[in-house]
This record gives sequence, C-alpha cells and structure tokens, in this order.
Amino acid sequence: MVEEILIDGLELVYKKPATLTDTPFHYCPGCGHGVAHKIIMEVVEELGIQEKTIGVAPVGCSVFAYHYMNVDMQEAAHGRASAVATGIKRVLPDRYVFSYQGDGDLAAIGTAETIHTVNRGENILMIFINNAIYGMTGGQMAPTTLLGQVTSTSPYGRECAAFGYPLKITELLVQLPGAYYVTRQSVHSPNAVRKLKKAVTKSFEYQKEKKGTCFIEVVSNCPSGWKTTPLESIKWMEENMFPIYPLGDLKVPKS
Amino acid sequence: MNNGINRKKEARLMKGNEALAEAAIRVGIDAYFGYPITPQSEILEYFTLEMPKRGGTVLQAESELAAINMVYGGAGAGARVMTSSSSPGISLMQEGLSYIASSQLPCLVVNVNRGGPGLGTIQPSQSDYWQAVKGGGHGDYHLIVLAPASVQEMADFVFEAFRLAEKYRNPAMILADGALGQMMEKVVLPEEGSLPKPEKIWATTGKPSFRERNIITSLFIQPEKMEMINMQLQKKYKRLQDEVKFETIQTEDAEILLVAFGLAARICQKTVELAREKGIKAGLLRPITLYPFPKKAISDLTDKVNAVLVVEMNSGQMVEDVALAVNGKCPVSYIGRMGGMISSPEEILDEIQNIVEKESIREEKTW
Repeated sequence: MVEEILIDGLELVYKKPATLTDTPFHYCPGCGHGVAHKIIMEVVEELGIQEKTIGVAPVGCSVFAYHYMNVDMQEAAHGRASAVATGIKRVLPDRYVFSYQGDGDLAAIGTAETIHTVNRGENILMIFINNAIYGMTGGQMAPTTLLGQVTSTSPYGRECAAFGYPLKITELLVQLPGAYYVTRQSVHSPNAVRKLKKAVTKSFEYQKEKKGTCFIEVVSNCPSGWKTTPLESIKWMEENMFPIYPLGDLKVPKS
Repeated sequence: MNNGINRKKEARLMKGNEALAEAAIRVGIDAYFGYPITPQSEILEYFTLEMPKRGGTVLQAESELAAINMVYGGAGAGARVMTSSSSPGISLMQEGLSYIASSQLPCLVVNVNRGGPGLGTIQPSQSDYWQAVKGGGHGDYHLIVLAPASVQEMADFVFEAFRLAEKYRNPAMILADGALGQMMEKVVLPEEGSLPKPEKIWATTGKPSFRERNIITSLFIQPEKMEMINMQLQKKYKRLQDEVKFETIQTEDAEILLVAFGLAARICQKTVELAREKGIKAGLLRPITLYPFPKKAISDLTDKVNAVLVVEMNSGQMVEDVALAVNGKCPVSYIGRMGGMISSPEEILDEIQNIVEKESIREEKTW
C-alpha cells in the first residue's frame, strides 16, 4: 500500500479511489484507458457497490484491467467478454456486472456476442473503448479504423473497396429493443470526463432497476498506434474521429 | 453398478439425452447454456421445458462459442453449470475449454458424438476420442472424460462428472455418442440434492472488504509463472490417476482381451458371449474414465492374455493408448467402423477368429 501522507494545514482535494489498486498503469503516455478505468472505479466507490461488482476484462490493451480494478474480475477470451458477463449475471442476478472491451474485441471478433447480448437485454453495463486501432498487437487496422487512416495493416490508408467502412456498431445496437441506454462519450477533456462519469453512474443505477443493457462507447486515442504525441492525438481525434463518431446520447430511456 | 449414488426406486423409460438432462436438474445445476445440434437437442429442449418450473437458468446461446464462454462466466462466479453439444459444436468450444482448464474452473460439457470429420453425419460415432482425452484446444491440458455405455450411465455420470470436476477444479466431459443419446432404456434416477455443493472461495462473487479480490484468468505473461501454472496442472492430472474407473467382463481366464468404451463396449459384451460359445476365451475391459486412462489395469491384464483387440467406432484412436499400456507385451490390433457406422458383434467375432488363427500359427500357442 502507498502510505498516505497528510500535511497539516492543507486541504485534501483529490484522492485515488480505494477501488483502484496501487499498481501503476502500464498504458502508454496519453492513452485514454487509464482515465476510463479510473472513472468506472470512482463510480463503483461512490455508489458503494464494490462488494457487489464483477468486471470482465477483454483481450487487447486492457487485458490486464484486473491489475488495476479492485473488484472481482474474470479475464475473457478475445471477443467473448459479453458472453462471460452474461454467464456471471445469470447466476448472480443481484450483482453489478460490467464488461470492458476495445474495438477489435467488441466490434470484430466478438460482433455476434455483442449483438446478441444487447438483443437479450442482459442487465449488464458494456463499456466499449473505440480508438480505431488494435493497440496491443502493434497498431493494426480495426473495424472502426477511419477511411484513409494508415495502420500497420492498411499501410496505404484504409480503403473501402478492400476493407469496408468504419463500423458504427453503437448505431447498430441502438436498433435493438434490449438496449436501454446507449451513449457515446470521450475522455479527452475535463468536461468529457465528467460526462462519462455521469453516464457510468446512470448505467449502474439502471442495472439495479434491471432495465436492460447499458452500452457506453468511449471514443479514445492511441498515441502509440497513431504515431502521434498525446497532444496531437487529442487534436486528431477531435478533427477526424468525432465527425464519424459524434459524441452524445444515442438512446435514452423514455421518461 | 451403484456408482456411489443415492437413488429412489423410481424406474423410468427414457432417452439417453433426457435422462442426462433430468439427472442434471437433480444434481442441482444453477445454469445450462447451449445451442441446438443433432443428435443432442433433446438436452436443451428438456431444460427449456423443466427449468422454468424447477429453478435454475437455461439459456439458448447464439452459438457454441457464446455458450462455452457463458459456462466460463458462470463457473467462475461459483455456480454449478454445464453445456452440451455434438462434435462440430464441441470443436467450436475448444478455445473456451482451454481457458476453462487453465483457469481451473469446474463445469460439465457433454459431447453426444456424431460422425465426422466436417459436418459429417448425425449418426453415432466415437471419432472425438482424441479431441476429448488429449486436450482438444491449445496448450497442455486435459479434461476429465467419462464414457457412459447405457442410459443409466448417461444419468449417473452427471453426478460423477460434477463430483470430479469440483474436487479437482477441472472441466469434465461426458463423451457419449448419438445412439446413447437417442436410445430409450430403463433408468433409475439419482436422488435430488445428493451431491453437496462445495464452498468456492476463489469464485468471483463480489469482493467483500475482508478478502483480496478474486481474479479468474489464464493470462500469465511471465514464462516462469506460466510454467508454474503448467506444473500445477500436471500435478493435478497425476493426482487424477486415483480416479481411474473401468469395468471387466470375463477377463479372469481370458486369452484374448477386447478393449472398448461406450456403445462399442456394449456390442463387445455380445461378442464375448459369441466367442465363448465357440470355445474362444474372450474377455472385455471397458474404460469408464477415458481420462484418466486405465493404463495399469490394461497392462496388468496383458500379462495373462495372448492378444488384445481394440474395438472402436472410429479409425482407431484409443488403440494408441492401449498399445502404450500394453507396451509390446502382446500384439494389439484394432477393428471398427467410421463415419456413423457401427460394427456388428459378428464382424468383431470374425476378427477375433482371424487373430486366434494368426497368433496360434506364429506363436504356436494353444488357445
């Protein structure tokens, strides 16, 4: 444990949530994963549901999510996180279950599991980190890679005739009656982070009320994969990602 | 055979698939995840009919891939869970089984084997023996594999499979075939609740403040750690050798030993009778656990017999394990049919007569 040093006369304004472990993040400088992890765990702490929360980690950069999140967790095979989460939720229906996946995991190899989990309206929270690239394996083309985007497997830029179009899976999922709350957020600015936190909080509250699947896409950056500095990556994301993947709620409960 | 199970004297006439599903409800499974495929769809159908009335979750998944990963999730969360399928579907589950074996989660997978390879046929086969006993997916691992030979055992082995799976924290497989799944026989069903559920302190049930978080994973990036995990698994497989189960029929004075499992063993029982009518001292050893394999029992019997004939509903798979057990002490041969065909007792008898003739000429032995 890291020793807590309190200095007399100073006000404590920020503290790491106890729901995060002391293990330093292995993520590259500027990567959005760390922020997304922190937000989810802050919400788990604030809602007081650590004892009842079970997470499912994916294959991808966040494969080691369970090193950082101080809750019971299972590591899923590539693409299968939502099926694993389904298995957990079905045998422990009063627990809070969330899955955490990247674009290759959720929208390529795991497309069938993603669609059917949402279509069943599984009472889980699915977090989808979309950075338009396979980060862990070294920057290959993802289903969400933009047209013209250069990756190690689209070295001349993604071309629709050969590789198809960026897959807007979140828009697809909105059509399914099982989807209760679908939103697209980001972690590139303090304001965006606050909005994401609200979305995560709402999702856990809906899960408590057994409303159906809550799905949060987080448009994120990958400075290493995109071969940019962290600051450049934010700018690139704003200029190129947001027009294709616009932020905001896609489906909200009818009040 | 008692199989160590409490049962009420309640005999029913049931299909193998249905008896297995009823036994699973009686053993108290918390959830079943499956996908339809012939010749085992009755298992899923039985659960969808019965479980809403009697408790537990039944879920028809979108694929066998999803089903086995739901099993992984449910088993990791500490529940008693199972799935079932037939050969092509079991192939799709191999990735998940590798993860489950590595994460050391107890669960039951039923394979009602049909003829392959490929889409094959829906007729009974034992062609998935290698896949079942050698691992099946990637990496060094084993399933616990039980081979029933009757509708009664289709029911009983559900209890035995969960007992072993939970004792050793290892996935267990019941390897049946299409005929055992479809045929009807008398069955005396096991008593409900007679297999207590062990405490699973490792399960992901939510982290209370008094313990560290539980993590179910098969990812150990450092090779030193991964080798240690492998060593643990191998140690467990060694301990599993205590659980070897087999049946012998007329082996006391046998000069030719038949080795067969499942339905093929049922056929061989008849062949033993026919051979003895002809004055040939035949006996039968039926492995009940295919993994762990009754290596020592076969080796011990081989000291007394002149030849071993392995009878299988495949191209000759178990014969390799038998030959390893016999270790050159006497000739080992194979007879069988493939692709959903089944040898008749007479076909096997003919082969026995050929062997007897050949061996008595070569060895100048008196049979």
